[in-house]
Amino acid sequence: MMFVGVDLGSRTVKIAALHDGLLINHQIRESGFDPHRQSLEMLAGLEPVRVVATGYGRHLAHRHFAHEVITEIKAHALGARYYFPECRTIVDIGGQDSKVIALDEAGRVSNFQMNDKCAAGTGRFLEIMAATLGFTLDEFGPAALESEQEAAINSMCTVFAESEVISMKNRGIPARDIAMGVHLSVVNRLLAMLNRVGYGDCLVFSGGVARNPCIVKLLQARLDGVRVLSPELPDIVGALGAAIQAGLA
Amino acid sequence: MADFEVKAYPEMWQELGMDVARFDKARQMLGSAYASIYLSQSNRPGRMAYFDNMVAEIHGGRVQELVAAKKEGRPVVGTFCVYIPEEVVVAAGGICVGLCGGSQGSIPDAEKVLPRNICPMVKSAYGFKAGRICPYFQAVDFVYGETTCDAKKKTWEILDRLVPTYVMEIPQMKNKRDRALWLAEVKEFKGKVEVVSGKKITADDLARAIKVINNKRRALQRLTRLRAGNPAPISGKDALLIEQIAFYDEPVRFAEKLNELCDELEERVKKGEGVMPADIPRVMVAGVPMALPNWKVHNLVETAEAVIVGEESCIGTRYFKDLIDEEVTDMDAMLEALTDRYMQIDCSCFTPNDERIEQVIKEYRASTAQGILHYSLQFCHTYNIEEIRIKEACQREGIPYLAIESDYSPEDVGQLQTRIEAFLEQIRG
Repeated sequence: MMFVGVDLGSRTVKIAALHDGLLINHQIRESGFDPHRQSLEMLAGLEPVRVVATGYGRHLAHRHFAHEVITEIKAHALGARYYFPECRTIVDIGGQDSKVIALDEAGRVSNFQMNDKCAAGTGRFLEIMAATLGFTLDEFGPAALESEQEAAINSMCTVFAESEVISMKNRGIPARDIAMGVHLSVVNRLLAMLNRVGYGDCLVFSGGVARNPCIVKLLQARLDGVRVLSPELPDIVGALGAAIQAGLA
Repeated sequence: MADFEVKAYPEMWQELGMDVARFDKARQMLGSAYASIYLSQSNRPGRMAYFDNMVAEIHGGRVQELVAAKKEGRPVVGTFCVYIPEEVVVAAGGICVGLCGGSQGSIPDAEKVLPRNICPMVKSAYGFKAGRICPYFQAVDFVYGETTCDAKKKTWEILDRLVPTYVMEIPQMKNKRDRALWLAEVKEFKGKVEVVSGKKITADDLARAIKVINNKRRALQRLTRLRAGNPAPISGKDALLIEQIAFYDEPVRFAEKLNELCDELEERVKKGEGVMPADIPRVMVAGVPMALPNWKVHNLVETAEAVIVGEESCIGTRYFKDLIDEEVTDMDAMLEALTDRYMQIDCSCFTPNDERIEQVIKEYRASTAQGILHYSLQFCHTYNIEEIRIKEACQREGIPYLAIESDYSPEDVGQLQTRIEAFLEQIRG
């Protein structure tokens, strides 16, 4: 029996298909203007018994094709547990959100924090800062890691931070140093959320930003004694969690 | 979707010096918001019809009553706070009316003058006067301001240029000398109301007014008790609306109509009938007031198949949980009793404010809720900081808890929806 999870995120749509508890199919595509049609195209050829949707477009998907919806919070809790059942803290940085989730022993959500309405500390923030500094998103993390002396970014607001970065650029500060400052500011914001929620000795890092080596390295360095674990496919943790939920009903 | 229209009174608005063209657009928007948020509910109690009509007549019928009262020389006082001793105004034959301050629409008017990073309620209220888009603001003799927060007390100085604003000093602690200060303020306010009405308030007047307002508060207490029924006999949205209307309706009529509604709710509870199924999550809201038409959180929660069963808030229990002793009859003793009642208000402007923490837990137990949602407005420092202690109390008691900080703009609805749904997932287990 096949169960499918669809994560309609702010930037991309992710699909994960489980068959007998094994991940047999996954896809990631830009959300585009019509995320539910995009999802339907991605679902073509699959024959799931049940589909569960999560992410910003979950209710849209529910109206059109999904059998059930769950929040990203619950989806990440289920998905992270699939990979690392011993971990009870999850950090997820998506396109529009960053979140920290704490689980109880049974894997249920016991507490969570999300960024508020601004884009600070999200994937979108990194994307805009990368573009301002002339990097692609894939180059951004590695470039920051080459920095020997970071330039501190004080503003957490995307709009103000962009002005700050531009003025640094025009003072002749090397791009890699500014890049490092940008990464540090995101990690500092994450640490503040982690401290509010509390964390154990093991942390799952999910979402597209977990592929950024600089964020991972900084997070690991700041959380001394905590194991920071990322699944091979950090983008699909939410979709996978939704697929697991589909199999539970 | 059912049609709903907030009635238009362009001639009266013109006479009140309003920006009629602009206000008429706001009126239409309120009507369609009300239709989609309120009239789309199924299984509403029949006697909500009175309160629907109070919304339809919010910019008309009720304003006419105020204008008529003023013509008779009765004072009309605009307020923003549960700290107004409204018994004193009612004793003078006057009317207290809560002013507009719950909408994003008036904020651009305020931001032409006021700083952007202050409380949205204060900005919205100022904007309603500055933009001449609130008939109540236009109809009052004076505005009653208080010193419950810095944003308010400094805004009164600016607002006073547009409408006479009388400021009472609210103590920030609850020692003997603070009570003495408040009693002195109450006496001075009584003098002010007597000057405006041109009539001395007698002991009989005040005794009668105390009974009137006590009865209004008793009816609201009764509504709160009935909401503990499972299934809930009335939606949180409807109950919040009633608590909002309590601030602008005529108090005797309001209490009578609310008691009639409560009779209907009592029948529902007896029969085990609810507005929503019995097994859905039950949430209590605590925190800052939600001024009309701020229905954002209630709408999100109840759209996600849960029900709100109480508001620990100024537009909520903080307004009506305490009554004034009706046994005393001479003027001085009544003013003392009135002062005692108002000193029990557990606004976050007080320090320490331990009684509020206890009150939140007490109301939570009484409401048979399954979780607490703390709601705070941006830049409301006192509630935002006191939230730490509410959170700790919930952790201690094992109560599922979510804190939200928001303003009147619609841009964070997506994020709030995710957080609220995740909170409900937590409650459902």
